Amino acid sequence: MKKYNEIPMAGNIIEPGNSKEYKTGGWRAKRPVHNDETCLWIRNGTCGKCWIYCPDNAVRLIEKDGKYFYEYDYDYCKGCGICANECPTQSIKMESE
Amino acid sequence: MTSVEKIPKDQMVVEGLTGDAAIALALKQCDIDVLAAYPITPQTIIVEDFQKFVANGEVKTKVIPVESEHSAMSACVGASAVGARVATATASAGLALMWEILYCAASMRMPIVLTVANRALSAPINIHNDWSDTYGARDSGFIQLYCQSSQEAYDTTIMAFKIAENKDILLPIMVCIDGFILSHNVERVEMLPDQAIKKFLGVRQPFQNLDPDNPITMGPLALTDYYFEFKEQQDEAIKRVPDVFKQVEAEFERMTGRSYGMLETYKTEDAEIILLTHSTPAGTAKVVVDVLRERDEKVGVLRLKMFRPFPSKEVAEAIKHAKAVAVFEKCRSFGSTCNPLALEVMASLYDLKEKPMVTDFVIGLGGRDVPPTTIVEGYEKTKEYLKQGKAPLYETLGVRK
Ligand code: SF4
Ligand code: SF4
Repeated sequence: MKKYNEIPMAGNIIEPGNSKEYKTGGWRAKRPVHNDETCLWIRNGTCGKCWIYCPDNAVRLIEKDGKYFYEYDYDYCKGCGICANECPTQSIKMESE
Repeated sequence: MTSVEKIPKDQMVVEGLTGDAAIALALKQCDIDVLAAYPITPQTIIVEDFQKFVANGEVKTKVIPVESEHSAMSACVGASAVGARVATATASAGLALMWEILYCAASMRMPIVLTVANRALSAPINIHNDWSDTYGARDSGFIQLYCQSSQEAYDTTIMAFKIAENKDILLPIMVCIDGFILSHNVERVEMLPDQAIKKFLGVRQPFQNLDPDNPITMGPLALTDYYFEFKEQQDEAIKRVPDVFKQVEAEFERMTGRSYGMLETYKTEDAEIILLTHSTPAGTAKVVVDVLRERDEKVGVLRLKMFRPFPSKEVAEAIKHAKAVAVFEKCRSFGSTCNPLALEVMASLYDLKEKPMVTDFVIGLGGRDVPPTTIVEGYEKTKEYLKQGKAPLYETLGVRK
């Protein structure tokens, strides 16, 4: 780690968007596990509440060749469980790492 | 460094000004971009006068009349972050309400000039002078300069911007005057022409500022991994203040012939007892010394100007030859061994093998008058304690007990 005189003054972040370098996945104690069967996104490309609410942009809703896919970016998913809480179809379960 | 020249006397304007009015005029001449403030006695004249300059179109400053001092300091931090030259004024409870943001201003390295008319803290409600307000903020990271006269308040306000905005410092600074005693008393003030101050200060050159074309983030999170390193940076910055202060004063002296130093000594060379204080009691102490000297008493005054950073080495050097140092301070640090000023003085002397005795007198709380007799009483007590070879850690003077 850097010394006091090797870092920007006062903690200023002088490269915009560098929070990407901070992988919050390391905080995760529980991981979201997704159930394709009941998920509205997989069934008809709607809902997406988990994607809207995830504070770390860790939900990926993918559309390819008319089909819908779903995944998490575990580099950034910090396991907060907001997605599971918001899901109207209980398609997300939080499981211990 | 800019090259300034001596300003001829005929270009100076001399006026009778209160401490507050002198500061308001200095702020006007410093061409500040933003002033955010909330009125509080005895600072009110500063902002009132400044509002008049704005209303008359004499300045281009944006004045933000906020709803509280917490907001005042917050607005100052925001304005300073975009690179503006910023000032505000407060006292007592107002300063107390700024507390949280004082630390932010210092930690975020915002060169804000905060002028303070020192006033006692509640309760009971009291509008008069003591130093409890700014002494309380002594660990906030602000530089603190205390003035004895309206002239010094004017001069110090101007120099404050140049010290604070220096790229090696970038710290906020408090310019303190005694409420009512100085803030509302009229004294002769020699004012510089606008042009001279413009040349002396220049335009603020921010080191890093908020700019939509080059976005940066200020004041983010730093936890166990980096917070300590940022505090180390801040500590290094405040340690650089004495050098920059001396440079700035030297330049100011070339222009005006006036300088004050981090501390001022008055008849201390052969003094056996040195009276140590600052702000207006220092003026009283000098008068007392003049009278005592007529009676062949070997006594002098050390008048401190800079309290943060505390010039420990210089203070120790100036008092080490004395038999005793009598500290007079307008603050009680409740529950503490002694009080803020004496604590600093004692710590400064700690390394000396032979050190003077230090007596600590709490005076003038809530604006209780500090007449020459109070200073004499402290002096006589110190003489007595010297004879006994022992002094109390602190005591109050001028209170009915
Ligand atoms: S657990 Fe939290 S961080 Fe992870 S995907 Fe769900 S909402 Fe996002
Ligand atoms: S909130 Fe639930 S149903 Fe909606 S898209 Fe996310 S996982 Fe699917």
